[in-house]
Amino acid sequence: MDIDQHRISTAVNGARHTKTVESRLLLSDFIRHELLLAGTHVGCEHGVCGACTILFDGLPTRSCLMFAVQADGHEIVTVEGLTSGGDGLNPLQQAMHEKHGLQCGYCTPGILMTMTAFLDANPSPDEAAVREALSGNLCRCTGYQHIVDAVLLAAERMRGARP
Amino acid sequence: MKPAPFEYIIARSLDQALAAKSEYGDEARFLAGGQSLVPTMNFRLSQPAVLIDINPLDELSGVRDGDGIRIGAMTRYRTLERDPVIAATQPIMLDALPHIAHPQIRNRGTLGGNLAHADPASELPAIVLALEGTLKVRSRTNDRSIPAREFFVGALETALRPDEMLVEIVLPHHQSRTGACFMEVARRRGDFAMAGVAAIVTLGDDGLCRYVRLAFCGVADRPWHADDAARSLIGIAATESAFTQAAELAMGAMDPSGNVHASGGYQRHLAGVLTRRALAVAVTRAQQGHSRSSRGH
Repeated sequence: MDIDQHRISTAVNGARHTKTVESRLLLSDFIRHELLLAGTHVGCEHGVCGACTILFDGLPTRSCLMFAVQADGHEIVTVEGLTSGGDGLNPLQQAMHEKHGLQCGYCTPGILMTMTAFLDANPSPDEAAVREALSGNLCRCTGYQHIVDAVLLAAERMRGARP
Repeated sequence: MKPAPFEYIIARSLDQALAAKSEYGDEARFLAGGQSLVPTMNFRLSQPAVLIDINPLDELSGVRDGDGIRIGAMTRYRTLERDPVIAATQPIMLDALPHIAHPQIRNRGTLGGNLAHADPASELPAIVLALEGTLKVRSRTNDRSIPAREFFVGALETALRPDEMLVEIVLPHHQSRTGACFMEVARRRGDFAMAGVAAIVTLGDDGLCRYVRLAFCGVADRPWHADDAARSLIGIAATESAFTQAAELAMGAMDPSGNVHASGGYQRHLAGVLTRRALAVAVTRAQQGHSRSSRGH
Protein backbone atom coordinates (compact mmCIF):
# COMPACT_ATOMS: atom_id res chain seq x y z
CA MET A 1 0.00 0.00 0.00
CA ASP A 2 1.28 3.43 -0.88
CA ILE A 3 1.80 5.74 2.03
CA ASP A 4 -1.41 7.76 2.38
CA GLN A 5 -0.35 11.36 2.77
CA HIS A 6 -2.26 14.59 3.15
CA ARG A 7 -1.34 18.25 3.09
CA ILE A 8 -2.66 20.03 6.17
CA SER A 9 -2.63 23.56 7.46
CA THR A 10 -3.21 24.17 11.13
CA ALA A 11 -2.75 27.05 13.58
CA VAL A 12 -0.73 26.03 16.63
CA ASN A 13 -0.27 28.57 19.39
CA GLY A 14 -1.19 31.24 16.89
CA ALA A 15 1.37 30.23 14.26
CA ARG A 16 0.27 28.70 10.95
CA HIS A 17 1.93 25.41 10.01
CA THR A 18 1.53 23.70 6.65
CA LYS A 19 2.86 20.14 6.52
CA THR A 20 2.41 16.87 4.70
CA VAL A 21 1.43 14.09 7.10
CA GLU A 22 0.74 10.39 6.84
CA SER A 23 -2.90 9.67 7.66
CA ARG A 24 -2.02 7.39 10.58
CA LEU A 25 0.15 10.00 12.33
CA LEU A 26 -1.38 10.77 15.73
CA LEU A 27 -1.92 14.43 16.51
CA SER A 28 0.22 14.00 19.66
CA ASP A 29 3.15 12.72 17.58
CA PHE A 30 2.63 15.47 15.02
CA ILE A 31 2.89 18.10 17.73
CA ARG A 32 5.98 16.53 19.30
CA HIS A 33 7.91 15.21 16.31
CA GLU A 34 6.90 17.45 13.42
CA LEU A 35 6.40 20.74 15.25
CA LEU A 36 9.04 19.95 17.89
CA LEU A 37 6.73 21.11 20.67
CA ALA A 38 7.71 18.49 23.23
CA GLY A 39 5.73 20.05 26.07
CA THR A 40 2.76 17.90 25.11
CA HIS A 41 3.50 14.57 26.79
CA VAL A 42 2.48 11.09 25.72
CA GLY A 43 1.58 8.71 28.51
CA CYS A 44 -0.82 5.88 27.82
CA GLU A 45 -1.64 6.58 24.17
CA HIS A 46 -5.18 5.30 24.54
CA GLY A 47 -7.00 8.21 26.07
CA VAL A 48 -6.84 7.32 29.75
CA CYS A 49 -4.04 9.36 31.34
CA GLY A 50 -4.63 12.86 29.97
CA ALA A 51 -0.94 13.79 29.64
CA CYS A 52 -1.41 14.65 25.94
CA THR A 53 -4.36 17.01 26.51
CA ILE A 54 -4.35 20.04 24.24
CA LEU A 55 -6.93 22.66 23.36
CA PHE A 56 -8.55 21.78 20.03
CA ASP A 57 -10.66 24.71 18.86
CA GLY A 58 -10.58 25.84 22.49
CA LEU A 59 -11.71 22.59 24.09
CA PRO A 60 -9.50 20.18 26.06
CA THR A 61 -8.98 17.13 23.87
CA ARG A 62 -6.81 14.02 23.92
CA SER A 63 -4.27 14.54 21.15
CA CYS A 64 -3.44 10.80 21.17
CA LEU A 65 -7.02 10.04 20.08
CA MET A 66 -6.95 12.24 17.00
CA PHE A 67 -5.02 12.06 13.78
CA ALA A 68 -2.89 14.96 12.63
CA VAL A 69 -4.84 15.05 9.38
CA GLN A 70 -7.96 15.96 11.38
CA ALA A 71 -6.30 19.18 12.52
CA ASP A 72 -6.48 20.63 9.01
CA GLY A 73 -8.22 23.99 9.27
CA HIS A 74 -8.45 23.88 13.06
CA GLU A 75 -6.76 25.71 15.92
CA ILE A 76 -4.58 24.09 18.54
CA VAL A 77 -3.07 25.43 21.74
CA THR A 78 -0.38 23.48 23.57
CA VAL A 79 1.33 24.17 26.87
CA GLU A 80 3.91 26.24 25.01
CA GLY A 81 1.11 28.62 24.05
CA LEU A 82 0.01 29.43 27.59
CA THR A 83 2.42 32.33 27.99
CA SER A 84 2.92 34.91 25.32
CA GLY A 85 6.46 34.73 24.00
CA GLY A 86 7.04 31.57 26.02
CA ASP A 87 8.61 33.40 28.98
CA GLY A 88 7.51 33.48 32.59
CA LEU A 89 4.55 31.75 34.15
CA ASN A 90 0.88 32.57 33.82
CA PRO A 91 -1.25 32.72 37.01
CA LEU A 92 -2.18 29.02 36.84
CA GLN A 93 1.42 27.95 36.27
CA GLN A 94 2.62 30.26 39.05
CA ALA A 95 0.07 28.77 41.45
CA MET A 96 1.12 25.22 40.48
CA HIS A 97 4.70 26.23 41.26
CA GLU A 98 3.90 27.82 44.61
CA LYS A 99 1.53 25.11 45.81
CA HIS A 100 3.77 22.24 44.71
CA GLY A 101 1.18 21.05 42.21
CA LEU A 102 3.76 18.80 40.56
CA GLN A 103 6.64 16.55 41.39
CA CYS A 104 7.90 14.68 38.32
CA GLY A 105 5.92 17.00 36.06
CA TYR A 106 4.95 14.42 33.46
CA CYS A 107 1.21 15.01 33.83
CA THR A 108 1.54 18.76 34.29
CA PRO A 109 1.11 20.00 30.69
CA GLY A 110 -2.12 18.04 30.30
CA ILE A 111 -3.40 19.31 33.62
CA LEU A 112 -2.56 22.90 32.69
CA MET A 113 -4.49 22.61 29.42
CA THR A 114 -7.51 20.99 31.09
CA MET A 115 -7.57 23.54 33.89
CA THR A 116 -7.02 26.52 31.59
CA ALA A 117 -10.29 25.77 29.82
CA PHE A 118 -11.98 24.88 33.10
CA LEU A 119 -11.08 28.20 34.78
CA ASP A 120 -12.12 30.06 31.67
CA ALA A 121 -15.62 28.55 31.93
CA ASN A 122 -15.72 28.45 35.76
CA PRO A 123 -14.03 31.50 37.30
CA SER A 124 -15.29 30.69 40.82
CA PRO A 125 -15.12 26.93 41.22
CA ASP A 126 -15.45 25.04 44.49
CA GLU A 127 -13.17 22.17 45.39
CA ALA A 128 -15.61 19.49 44.23
CA ALA A 129 -15.86 21.07 40.77
CA VAL A 130 -12.08 21.25 40.52
CA ARG A 131 -11.76 17.58 41.41
CA GLU A 132 -14.43 16.61 38.89
CA ALA A 133 -12.65 18.61 36.19
CA LEU A 134 -9.36 16.95 37.14
CA SER A 135 -10.81 13.45 36.88
CA GLY A 136 -9.53 12.92 33.36
CA ASN A 137 -5.88 13.61 34.20
CA LEU A 138 -3.87 11.04 36.10
CA CYS A 139 -1.10 12.16 38.46
CA ARG A 140 0.92 9.48 40.23
CA CYS A 141 3.01 11.83 42.40
CA THR A 142 0.94 14.44 44.16
CA GLY A 143 -2.21 12.69 45.33
CA TYR A 144 -3.96 15.64 43.62
CA GLN A 145 -4.40 17.75 46.79
CA HIS A 146 -1.68 20.21 45.83
CA ILE A 147 -3.05 20.49 42.30
CA VAL A 148 -6.50 21.29 43.68
CA ASP A 149 -4.95 23.90 46.00
CA ALA A 150 -3.11 25.44 43.06
CA VAL A 151 -6.19 25.65 40.84
CA LEU A 152 -8.21 27.28 43.62
CA LEU A 153 -5.42 29.78 44.26
CA ALA A 154 -5.15 30.54 40.54
CA ALA A 155 -8.90 31.07 40.34
CA GLU A 156 -8.79 33.52 43.25
CA ARG A 157 -5.93 35.52 41.73
CA MET A 158 -7.46 35.54 38.26
CA ARG A 159 -10.75 36.84 39.68
CA GLY A 160 -8.83 39.59 41.47
CA ALA A 161 -7.03 40.55 38.27
CA ARG A 162 -10.24 40.97 36.33
CA PRO A 163 -11.36 44.52 35.57
CA MET B 1 1.11 1.61 20.09
CA LYS B 2 0.78 3.27 16.69
CA PRO B 3 -2.09 2.66 14.28
CA ALA B 4 -1.52 0.52 11.22
CA PRO B 5 -1.57 2.38 7.91
CA PHE B 6 -4.95 3.28 6.47
CA GLU B 7 -6.43 5.45 3.76
CA TYR B 8 -8.09 8.60 5.08
CA ILE B 9 -11.12 10.01 3.31
CA ILE B 10 -12.61 13.25 4.54
CA ALA B 11 -16.33 13.42 3.87
CA ARG B 12 -17.46 16.74 2.46
CA SER B 13 -21.05 15.54 2.08
CA LEU B 14 -23.22 12.76 3.44
CA ASP B 15 -23.63 11.37 -0.08
CA GLN B 16 -19.87 11.18 -0.49
CA ALA B 17 -19.49 9.41 2.87
CA LEU B 18 -22.17 6.86 1.98
CA ALA B 19 -20.72 6.29 -1.47
CA ALA B 20 -17.31 5.57 0.07
CA LYS B 21 -18.82 3.19 2.63
CA SER B 22 -20.74 1.46 -0.14
CA GLU B 23 -17.51 1.04 -2.07
CA TYR B 24 -15.34 -0.23 0.80
CA GLY B 25 -17.92 -1.97 3.03
CA ASP B 26 -16.43 -3.67 6.08
CA GLU B 27 -12.94 -2.51 5.08
CA ALA B 28 -13.93 1.02 6.04
CA ARG B 29 -14.95 2.56 9.34
CA PHE B 30 -16.60 5.91 9.90
CA LEU B 31 -14.51 8.20 12.10
CA ALA B 32 -16.88 10.09 14.40
CA GLY B 33 -15.49 11.21 17.78
CA GLY B 34 -12.89 8.46 17.63
CA GLN B 35 -12.77 8.09 21.40
CA SER B 36 -13.39 4.33 21.23
CA LEU B 37 -12.15 3.59 17.72
CA VAL B 38 -8.75 5.29 17.92
CA PRO B 39 -7.65 3.50 21.13
CA THR B 40 -8.39 0.16 19.46
CA MET B 41 -6.42 1.31 16.41
CA ASN B 42 -3.51 2.41 18.62
CA PHE B 43 -3.47 -1.08 20.13
CA ARG B 44 -3.95 -2.55 16.62
CA LEU B 45 -7.00 -4.36 17.86
CA SER B 46 -8.67 -2.88 14.81
CA GLN B 47 -6.93 -2.12 11.54
CA PRO B 48 -9.46 -0.63 9.15
CA ALA B 49 -8.08 -0.17 5.65
CA VAL B 50 -10.06 3.04 5.23
CA LEU B 51 -11.30 5.72 7.62
CA ILE B 52 -14.11 7.97 6.44
CA ASP B 53 -14.02 11.11 8.58
CA ILE B 54 -17.57 12.41 9.03
CA ASN B 55 -16.65 15.22 11.44
CA PRO B 56 -17.20 17.91 8.79
CA LEU B 57 -20.85 16.87 8.31
CA ASP B 58 -22.60 19.53 10.37
CA GLU B 59 -26.01 18.28 9.22
CA LEU B 60 -25.46 15.17 11.41
CA SER B 61 -25.14 17.25 14.57
CA GLY B 62 -27.72 18.81 16.84
CA VAL B 63 -30.90 18.20 18.80
CA ARG B 64 -34.36 18.99 17.44
CA ASP B 65 -37.75 18.69 19.10
CA GLY B 66 -40.02 17.55 16.31
CA ASP B 67 -41.76 14.22 15.87
CA GLY B 68 -39.98 12.99 19.01
CA ILE B 69 -36.59 14.21 20.16
CA ARG B 70 -34.31 13.91 17.14
CA ILE B 71 -30.59 13.77 17.84
CA GLY B 72 -28.06 13.84 15.03
CA ALA B 73 -25.59 10.97 15.20
CA MET B 74 -22.58 13.32 15.35
CA THR B 75 -23.95 15.24 18.35
CA ARG B 76 -21.19 15.26 20.92
CA TYR B 77 -21.69 14.37 24.58
CA ARG B 78 -20.63 17.91 25.46
CA THR B 79 -23.50 19.29 23.39
CA LEU B 80 -26.02 16.89 24.94
CA GLU B 81 -24.87 17.90 28.44
CA ARG B 82 -25.68 21.55 27.65
CA ASP B 83 -28.69 21.20 25.37
CA PRO B 84 -31.91 22.81 26.65
CA VAL B 85 -34.16 20.40 24.74
CA ILE B 86 -32.42 17.40 26.31
CA ALA B 87 -32.63 19.00 29.78
CA ALA B 88 -36.34 19.69 29.34
CA THR B 89 -37.42 16.47 27.67
CA GLN B 90 -34.89 13.69 28.39
CA PRO B 91 -33.14 14.61 31.64
CA ILE B 92 -32.24 10.94 32.16
CA MET B 93 -29.41 11.71 29.75
CA LEU B 94 -28.03 14.15 32.32
CA ASP B 95 -27.96 11.34 34.89
CA ALA B 96 -25.73 9.31 32.60
CA LEU B 97 -23.50 11.74 30.74
CA PRO B 98 -21.26 12.67 33.70
CA HIS B 99 -20.43 8.97 34.05
CA ILE B 100 -19.09 8.75 30.51
CA ALA B 101 -15.32 8.95 30.80
CA HIS B 102 -14.07 12.50 31.43
CA PRO B 103 -14.65 16.02 30.09
CA GLN B 104 -11.90 15.73 27.47
CA ILE B 105 -13.51 12.59 26.06
CA ARG B 106 -16.98 14.13 26.19
CA ASN B 107 -15.72 17.08 24.17
CA ARG B 108 -15.16 14.71 21.22
CA GLY B 109 -17.28 11.58 21.69
CA THR B 110 -20.63 11.39 19.88
CA LEU B 111 -23.96 9.72 20.58
CA GLY B 112 -24.03 7.97 17.21
CA GLY B 113 -20.46 6.75 17.56
CA ASN B 114 -21.27 5.40 21.00
CA LEU B 115 -24.36 3.51 19.81
CA ALA B 116 -22.67 2.16 16.68
CA HIS B 117 -19.73 0.98 18.80
CA ALA B 118 -22.25 -0.94 20.96
CA ASP B 119 -20.11 -1.53 24.01
CA PRO B 120 -22.33 -3.60 26.32
CA ALA B 121 -21.08 -1.74 29.40
CA SER B 122 -21.85 1.68 27.93
CA GLU B 123 -24.61 3.82 29.40
CA LEU B 124 -26.35 5.35 26.40
CA PRO B 125 -27.29 2.11 24.61
CA ALA B 126 -29.18 1.07 27.75
CA ILE B 127 -30.89 4.45 27.94
CA VAL B 128 -31.89 4.47 24.28
CA LEU B 129 -33.21 0.94 24.76
CA ALA B 130 -35.20 1.93 27.87
CA LEU B 131 -36.63 4.96 26.06
CA GLU B 132 -37.63 2.74 23.10
CA GLY B 133 -35.64 4.90 20.75
CA THR B 134 -35.43 4.42 17.01
CA LEU B 135 -32.18 4.47 15.09
CA LYS B 136 -32.33 5.98 11.63
CA VAL B 137 -29.76 4.51 9.29
CA ARG B 138 -28.92 5.33 5.72
CA SER B 139 -26.98 3.79 2.88
CA ARG B 140 -26.26 5.11 -0.59
CA THR B 141 -29.48 3.54 -1.84
CA ASN B 142 -31.71 3.05 1.17
CA ASP B 143 -33.13 4.55 4.39
CA ARG B 144 -34.48 2.51 7.24
CA SER B 145 -35.44 2.77 10.92
CA ILE B 146 -34.30 0.20 13.44
CA PRO B 147 -35.89 -0.06 16.90
CA ALA B 148 -33.24 0.01 19.64
CA ARG B 149 -34.37 -3.46 20.66
CA GLU B 150 -33.24 -4.82 17.30
CA PHE B 151 -30.19 -2.61 16.82
CA PHE B 152 -27.91 -4.17 19.44
CA VAL B 153 -27.21 -7.76 18.50
CA GLY B 154 -24.10 -8.60 20.53
CA ALA B 155 -20.93 -7.26 22.11
CA LEU B 156 -19.72 -4.52 19.76
CA GLU B 157 -22.20 -5.78 17.16
CA THR B 158 -25.17 -3.97 15.69
CA ALA B 159 -27.73 -4.50 12.97
CA LEU B 160 -25.91 -1.98 10.76
CA ARG B 161 -25.02 -3.39 7.35
CA PRO B 162 -21.57 -2.79 5.88
CA ASP B 163 -22.81 0.05 3.66
CA GLU B 164 -24.94 1.81 6.28
CA MET B 165 -24.42 4.79 8.56
CA LEU B 166 -26.35 5.61 11.71
CA VAL B 167 -27.51 9.16 11.00
CA GLU B 168 -30.11 10.03 13.65
CA ILE B 169 -31.55 8.82 16.94
CA VAL B 170 -35.22 9.49 17.64
CA LEU B 171 -36.49 9.32 21.22
CA PRO B 172 -40.25 9.40 21.73
CA HIS B 173 -41.71 12.11 23.94
CA HIS B 174 -42.57 11.00 27.45
CA GLN B 175 -46.22 10.76 28.36
CA SER B 176 -47.27 13.05 31.20
CA ARG B 177 -46.51 11.87 34.74
CA THR B 178 -43.38 10.07 33.57
CA GLY B 179 -40.14 9.93 35.52
CA ALA B 180 -36.84 8.48 34.40
CA CYS B 181 -33.61 7.76 36.19
CA PHE B 182 -30.22 6.27 35.37
CA MET B 183 -27.78 5.00 38.01
CA GLU B 184 -24.59 3.00 37.85
CA VAL B 185 -21.73 1.73 39.97
CA ALA B 186 -18.20 1.81 38.60
CA ARG B 187 -14.89 1.15 40.33
CA ARG B 188 -13.77 4.70 39.69
CA ARG B 189 -15.48 7.77 38.29
CA GLY B 190 -15.40 7.59 34.51
CA ASP B 191 -14.72 3.87 34.30
CA PHE B 192 -17.15 1.52 32.63
CA ALA B 193 -19.97 0.48 34.91
CA MET B 194 -19.94 -2.87 36.69
CA ALA B 195 -23.70 -2.50 36.43
CA GLY B 196 -26.07 0.30 35.53
CA VAL B 197 -29.81 0.66 35.10
CA ALA B 198 -32.19 2.99 33.29
CA ALA B 199 -35.69 3.05 34.78
CA ILE B 200 -38.70 4.74 33.17
CA VAL B 201 -42.01 4.92 35.03
CA THR B 202 -45.31 6.48 33.97
CA LEU B 203 -47.99 6.84 36.64
CA GLY B 204 -51.69 6.76 35.87
CA ASP B 205 -54.26 9.22 37.22
CA ASP B 206 -54.91 6.65 39.97
CA GLY B 207 -51.26 6.87 41.02
CA LEU B 208 -50.56 3.29 39.97
CA CYS B 209 -47.76 2.33 37.61
CA ARG B 210 -49.07 2.44 34.06
CA TYR B 211 -45.90 1.98 32.03
CA VAL B 212 -42.46 0.78 33.15
CA ARG B 213 -39.24 0.11 31.31
CA LEU B 214 -36.00 -1.24 32.79
CA ALA B 215 -32.78 -1.57 30.81
CA PHE B 216 -29.31 -2.40 32.07
CA CYS B 217 -25.73 -1.90 30.97
CA GLY B 218 -22.78 -4.07 31.89
CA VAL B 219 -24.73 -7.23 32.72
CA ALA B 220 -24.98 -8.95 29.31
CA ASP B 221 -23.32 -8.97 25.90
CA ARG B 222 -25.56 -6.07 24.88
CA PRO B 223 -27.84 -3.57 26.63
CA TRP B 224 -30.36 -5.76 28.36
CA HIS B 225 -34.04 -5.10 29.08
CA ALA B 226 -35.91 -6.73 31.96
CA ASP B 227 -39.40 -7.06 30.51
CA ASP B 228 -40.86 -9.36 33.17
CA ALA B 229 -39.59 -7.17 35.99
CA ALA B 230 -41.02 -4.06 34.33
CA ARG B 231 -44.34 -5.79 33.65
CA SER B 232 -44.62 -6.89 37.29
CA LEU B 233 -45.16 -3.26 38.30
CA ILE B 234 -47.97 -2.47 35.86
CA GLY B 235 -51.24 -1.67 37.59
CA ILE B 236 -49.86 -1.74 41.10
CA ALA B 237 -48.81 0.93 43.58
CA ALA B 238 -45.25 2.19 43.42
CA THR B 239 -44.04 0.95 46.79
CA GLU B 240 -40.70 -0.15 48.12
CA SER B 241 -41.86 -3.76 48.27
CA ALA B 242 -43.02 -3.64 44.65
CA PHE B 243 -39.61 -2.27 43.63
CA THR B 244 -37.91 -5.08 45.57
CA GLN B 245 -40.02 -7.67 43.82
CA ALA B 246 -39.22 -6.17 40.41
CA ALA B 247 -35.53 -6.06 41.30
CA GLU B 248 -35.61 -9.73 42.25
CA LEU B 249 -37.29 -10.63 38.97
CA ALA B 250 -34.64 -8.71 37.06
CA MET B 251 -31.83 -10.34 39.05
CA GLY B 252 -33.27 -13.77 38.43
CA ALA B 253 -33.54 -13.21 34.68
CA MET B 254 -30.08 -11.76 34.09
CA ASP B 255 -26.91 -13.78 33.75
CA PRO B 256 -23.95 -11.41 34.05
CA SER B 257 -20.68 -13.07 33.15
CA GLY B 258 -18.44 -11.21 35.57
CA ASN B 259 -15.25 -9.42 34.58
CA VAL B 260 -11.93 -8.36 36.02
CA HIS B 261 -13.65 -5.85 38.31
CA ALA B 262 -16.64 -7.83 39.58
CA SER B 263 -17.94 -11.37 39.73
CA GLY B 264 -21.20 -12.16 38.01
CA GLY B 265 -22.84 -12.54 41.41
CA TYR B 266 -21.67 -9.10 42.50
CA GLN B 267 -22.88 -7.56 39.25
CA ARG B 268 -26.28 -9.13 39.82
CA HIS B 269 -26.35 -7.79 43.38
CA LEU B 270 -25.48 -4.29 42.19
CA ALA B 271 -28.12 -4.47 39.47
CA GLY B 272 -30.74 -5.37 42.05
CA VAL B 273 -29.85 -2.56 44.42
CA LEU B 274 -29.69 -0.05 41.58
CA THR B 275 -33.05 -1.22 40.22
CA ARG B 276 -34.77 -0.50 43.53
CA ARG B 277 -33.12 2.88 43.90
CA ALA B 278 -33.63 3.99 40.29
CA LEU B 279 -37.30 2.98 40.34
CA ALA B 280 -37.82 5.00 43.53
CA VAL B 281 -36.20 8.10 42.00
CA ALA B 282 -38.10 7.66 38.73
CA VAL B 283 -41.40 7.47 40.60
CA THR B 284 -40.55 10.56 42.65
CA ARG B 285 -39.78 12.43 39.46
CA ALA B 286 -43.01 11.20 37.88
CA GLN B 287 -44.96 12.41 40.93
CA GLN B 288 -43.38 15.81 40.56
CA GLY B 289 -45.34 15.91 37.33
CA HIS B 290 -42.45 16.74 35.06
CA SER B 291 -39.44 14.84 33.94
CA ARG B 292 -36.91 17.53 34.79
CA SER B 293 -35.16 16.77 38.02
CA SER B 294 -31.91 17.22 39.84
CA ARG B 295 -29.03 15.00 38.83
CA GLY B 296 -29.23 11.63 40.49
CA HIS B 297 -25.67 10.96 41.57
